[in-house]
Amino acid sequence: MRESAPLLDVVGVSMRFGGIVALKDVSFSLAPEKICGLIGPNGAGKTTLFNCLSRLYDVSEGSITFAGTSLLGLHRHDIARLGIARTFQNVALFNEMSVLENVMVGAHGLGRAGFVAAALRRRAERDEEKLILARAESLIEEFGLNAIAHRAVGQLPFGTRKRVEMARALAMNPRLLLLDEPAAGLNHEEVEGLIAEIRAIRDRRKVAVLLVEHHMNLVMRVSDQVVALNFGRVIADGTPAHVQADAQVLKAYLGDEAA
Amino acid sequence: MSAIAGIKPQAASVPQRKFGRAPAFAAALIAGILLAFNASGYHLFQYAQVLIYMIALIGLNLLTGFNGSISLGHGAFFAIGGYGAAILMAHLGVAWWLTLPIMAFICFGAGFGFGMPALRLEGLYLALATFALAITMPGILNYKHFDAYTGGTSGLQVDKPKVPLHLPLNQDQWLFLCCLAAAMLMLFIAQNLVASRVGRAMVALRDHPIAAQTMGVNSAMVKATCFGVAALYAGVAGALDAALVGFVAPDSYSVFLSLSLLVGMVVGGLGSLWGMLAGAIFIEFVPNLADSFSDMFGESAKALPWAVYGVFLIAILLLAPHGIAGAVQRVVAFVRGLMAKASPNLTPELPAISAGNQPAEQNHRTTQGS
Ligand SMILES: Nc1ncnc2c1ncn2[C@@H]1O[C@H](COP(=O)(O)OP(=O)(O)OP(=O)(O)O)[C@@H](O)[C@H]1O
Ligand SMILES: [Mg+2]
Repeated sequence: MRESAPLLDVVGVSMRFGGIVALKDVSFSLAPEKICGLIGPNGAGKTTLFNCLSRLYDVSEGSITFAGTSLLGLHRHDIARLGIARTFQNVALFNEMSVLENVMVGAHGLGRAGFVAAALRRRAERDEEKLILARAESLIEEFGLNAIAHRAVGQLPFGTRKRVEMARALAMNPRLLLLDEPAAGLNHEEVEGLIAEIRAIRDRRKVAVLLVEHHMNLVMRVSDQVVALNFGRVIADGTPAHVQADAQVLKAYLGDEAA
Repeated sequence: MSAIAGIKPQAASVPQRKFGRAPAFAAALIAGILLAFNASGYHLFQYAQVLIYMIALIGLNLLTGFNGSISLGHGAFFAIGGYGAAILMAHLGVAWWLTLPIMAFICFGAGFGFGMPALRLEGLYLALATFALAITMPGILNYKHFDAYTGGTSGLQVDKPKVPLHLPLNQDQWLFLCCLAAAMLMLFIAQNLVASRVGRAMVALRDHPIAAQTMGVNSAMVKATCFGVAALYAGVAGALDAALVGFVAPDSYSVFLSLSLLVGMVVGGLGSLWGMLAGAIFIEFVPNLADSFSDMFGESAKALPWAVYGVFLIAILLLAPHGIAGAVQRVVAFVRGLMAKASPNLTPELPAISAGNQPAEQNHRTTQGS
């Protein structure tokens, strides 16, 4: 099924919080430039998996390899430079900063200048700053945020903040984009727009997407591959059609509804 | 319109390049030079002290206002700067101006070294750790085995800097102008920092540390460096202070100094760099003002100055919850709003205003480091 070497390889990952087992022996891999839906009932461990990929959590067991590099020896702040970007389920923006500044922080890794270069405003620092500003401005243009570029993000509506977060995540030109419930709070029309947008992001930027979403219609339409989690375990992994028809997946969701 | 009113003084760090800030600096320099040739020697001494506090406050604000870490021990670095400079001058014969970069360097190291482990603590715990630093400092300066260097309880006397090159200035004018130059330079550097990549990283760490790290910001490094920079500012201020006063003693660096700096920063406005001038004026003059105020009640009220000080402080915090800088900014926005209403020939621009873009941007840029 997989033609090319995987971009992301998750092998036997378990994550425990005290007595709670949030992830249990999770394995799957994701090819470059593919969109992979990650589904599962509430508390299945989807966000926990994202947090393991971002190095916010130390996995209890297993290994995670990205483009041939093991993530587990890296710091949190190394992940962005390596090419993994993300959004957060509850939106994690810098509220006192403007939209433009938020996206510029997303491009942090494009520069290297430290305190001294900044204090003295060295030539190299100014050039970097221009690069970062240009990148941020082009993303703001692309996401149609021009009119609010200089507004503090804290004042913006939830849906807009989610867009800002997506623009910020793309500022480093990642090879893997992790989206945690991008459709939350969107109406029917906006979900249609989001589907087109996710596809466009993949096609234009050659980025792989790992998409956590409860909105089944969206996941099944946009994904090349779907991984289903339940109680921290992978219960299905395959094409959308395959996963949709999977008995365990049906049971997990029906069971969830019945409860 | 609402966009203008809604912008908080903390929302800062859009790149403020080109000559956006030249007018403010020019005005400050002209005002300073006018003062130098018109104020009395005693007043110039006080104004120089204001500029010195301003330097320390700018550093503290980089740490607290921009990076979100609290320090109740900033006076300790002021003390290191002061004593270090005095020892260099008195025992090693180092020129006073040379003590500034030396103490800047040493205090950066001390701040970074203290910050690296201490910044693992957060909130109240960090406050306590820095408070411990402030409490320890006078004791160290008093420690009798250091007496040979520090002069013990009686302190250390140094020669005040002389006017060089037969400049047509008296000593007070010369010292004031040196402090003015130093304050403007340190302000300029702080503005550069704030409007840079590391400046944005500092604010991002304050607003959402996890998200900032996920964007590639090295939290431990940026925070410790920021602590070092804050200490550097305090060290430079302390060294200048030693030269200005010509004397250092443990009593000058009590816990109260650290607390005063915290007060000055909040009164001036968290996240506002020019606002630190207002905060410094508060630190320098309000205690005296409180003194003379309570003198009106005769000798019966010995503790009254502090009560008056407290009342002043509460009044300012109530009237200007975002500090004096925040209040000034609101007045400016209000006046702009009035002017926009008053001049009907501006109406063609109004659609742009309600779209929220241009004016918010302008406002934002002036906010930035103002
Ligand atoms: N930091 C933590 N400490 C303790 N338990 C945690 C922590 N993070 C997650 N968990 C637990 O791990 C399990 C999985 O949570 P997770 O947030 O990953 O679920 P999810 O699949 O993202 O759910 P949802 O769809 O509701 O967002 C839950 O039982 C949760 O309580
Ligand atoms: Mg979740």
